[in-house]
Amino acid sequence: MVSGPTSPAAAPIERRVWETLEAVMDPEIPVVSVVELGIVRHVRRADDGRVHVGITPTYSGCPATEIIARSIREALEQEGLSEVVIDTVLWPAWTSQWLSEAGRRKLEAFGIAVERSPSRPLACPRCGSGAVERLSEFGSTPCKAHYRCTGCLEPFDTFKCI
Amino acid sequence: MSAAAESALGASGEDHFRYVLRLADTSLVLGQRLSEWVGHAPALEEDLALGNIALDLIGQARLLLSYAGRIEGRGREEDQLAFLRDAPEFYNVALAEQPNGDFAATIVRQALIDAWQLELYHSLTASADEPLAEIAAKALKECRYHWRFSCGWLVRLGDGTPESHVRAQEALDALWRFTEELITPDALDVRMASLAIAPPLAAVHGRWEARIAAALKEATLRQPASQHYPWHGKSGVHTEHLGHLLGEMQHLQRTYPGATW
Repeated sequence: MVSGPTSPAAAPIERRVWETLEAVMDPEIPVVSVVELGIVRHVRRADDGRVHVGITPTYSGCPATEIIARSIREALEQEGLSEVVIDTVLWPAWTSQWLSEAGRRKLEAFGIAVERSPSRPLACPRCGSGAVERLSEFGSTPCKAHYRCTGCLEPFDTFKCI
Repeated sequence: MSAAAESALGASGEDHFRYVLRLADTSLVLGQRLSEWVGHAPALEEDLALGNIALDLIGQARLLLSYAGRIEGRGREEDQLAFLRDAPEFYNVALAEQPNGDFAATIVRQALIDAWQLELYHSLTASADEPLAEIAAKALKECRYHWRFSCGWLVRLGDGTPESHVRAQEALDALWRFTEELITPDALDVRMASLAIAPPLAAVHGRWEARIAAALKEATLRQPASQHYPWHGKSGVHTEHLGHLLGEMQHLQRTYPGATW
């Protein structure tokens, strides 16, 4: 569901912004970019020449949202784009469905399972066993829950499906 | 500030501003209360849960306060609205400001408000006020799992040991009178409903009551008789507890005006 560069004919500046954003990592899970996380909603150049980047919070109170906005600004400044406006987009609300396939694979390789739907069973990101149990619906960040594998006995974080 | 901006807020704008503040303040005050548990909860998992719910609530409050500031149009932003208003200018429901008490009292307070926010935000996703409907859709997802947490604990405590049952029932008996304002519309609720900005509170009332009744039954707790409580936080008339809460929450901004990280 991630929208990349809007079309091959997208204006060069917008393509450059998307490419830059692909290297801006989530501050709390530094293996996925903000684009892979699915929180960049639009990149467009306004009539006044300023570039607008629309980002959506994963959770209303996610403390990383402000750091992400700052990282985006800094990354674009290094590209020579200083007239950047960050728009907060709330609709449609973020869910784990917005994660890209590449993002999911990186999270799993990092040891964070991803809940794809409430009915689809999770697998342990370490040993692949489906024998897992939830320890707490709340984890180390608002977007994660805490699980344990009853096969290899390792605890692990899970990206919640909301 | 231009004279035009100053007079932009007519009677209906003032209503709208206050209504959004009611939602914002309930989340902010409850979030502040829950954050008092951080480092003190009975187990690490519950400490994380209460801290995470507090974060969600404060996040919702920020979105709503920023929106209220835009409606008011006088240049006040979320920080001024959170940190520089006095208790009578806060419009949260009084239940949110009640002290944490023991874990049972915190869970009872949370379950009563979670069920209410869940039903209220569900209705608000259809509000004629588009920015409010967007905030409600975001908040609703969070309220759903807040309720799973508080309802789960309500059942465990109520249907747990004799000690946990007594504590949960005592908390319910003590807090029940504050639920009246959640479900009883006042003039502002009626005016907002007539503009389709807010739902008729009667619809929220019915669904809230059904949700709570089912949870209490499973928890083997007795629903107290309704008690009339004429002072309503949503009109700015609070219990003494809010002043103390604000004293702590606002201390830094009041002492060092304009301080930033």
